[in-house]
Amino acid sequence: MISRIRNFIRLTHASRITRRYFVTNGFDGALTMLGLNMGFYYQGEIDADVALGACFATAVALMMSGLSSAYISETAERRKELGDLEHAMVEDMEESDHGDAARLVPYLIALVNGLSPFLISLLIISPLWLSINGIDLPLHPIEAALILSFIMIFLLGLYSSRISGQFWLWTGIRALIVAMITSWIIWLVR
Amino acid sequence: MELVKRLLLDVLKPHSPNPLEFARNLASLSEGYEVRLVVEEMDEKTESIILEISAHDIDYDLVSEKIKEMGGSIHSIDEVEVVNAPAGE
Repeated sequence: MISRIRNFIRLTHASRITRRYFVTNGFDGALTMLGLNMGFYYQGEIDADVALGACFATAVALMMSGLSSAYISETAERRKELGDLEHAMVEDMEESDHGDAARLVPYLIALVNGLSPFLISLLIISPLWLSINGIDLPLHPIEAALILSFIMIFLLGLYSSRISGQFWLWTGIRALIVAMITSWIIWLVR
Repeated sequence: MELVKRLLLDVLKPHSPNPLEFARNLASLSEGYEVRLVVEEMDEKTESIILEISAHDIDYDLVSEKIKEMGGSIHSIDEVEVVNAPAGE
């Protein structure tokens, strides 16, 4: 089964798009959590369970948005590619690996697109959850979540250097600059 | 007992899998399969290839099924070599 999935990914060149979706939607998740926690931080006196509820609901919404949008767009894209190939081959290709790939790959890409912001968000809001469950942290949970947001954004920037082939430290710092600009805008309008 | 020793097939296939993977997948069908692939013509989305398969006894149904699975289509069987081997070989 794993080798068949690998074959489908190779046939459709899906690894490039899944890597891209992982970074872009993961970045969406991390920046959204940064924005939410910045808001809570400036509000002050926000209970950790209220913050956790809002962050978790947002993470679920991001996951559903990622799953559905990628599935819809990728299904359309793969069906069109298969149709073009069938036209060129003058043959029905539903039973071939290309037909199977056109059906399966949209699920795979949707899964990456949906899970990437969700899992990254869960990691970022983990200090809120730990705090609610009685685990003492050296920092205020919202401050810890903010630091985790910056770390995740930096790491996503590092990972993007694998796609672009640019210097890893530069891509990491560039992502951090975006996070800082976002924080600065929130600070301005607080 | 008739054994199919060699087949020469004219096949139309998509670019993916590439000729190396295509030939490798066919050779992996059974031990002793030798595959020679020549790309005759390339279009935007497809390529015409000539496939030469040699083995002790080629299972044509298996070969055609594998070609179909990889998205290819056999246009014609251009050459065949069959021997009548003594029973038990």
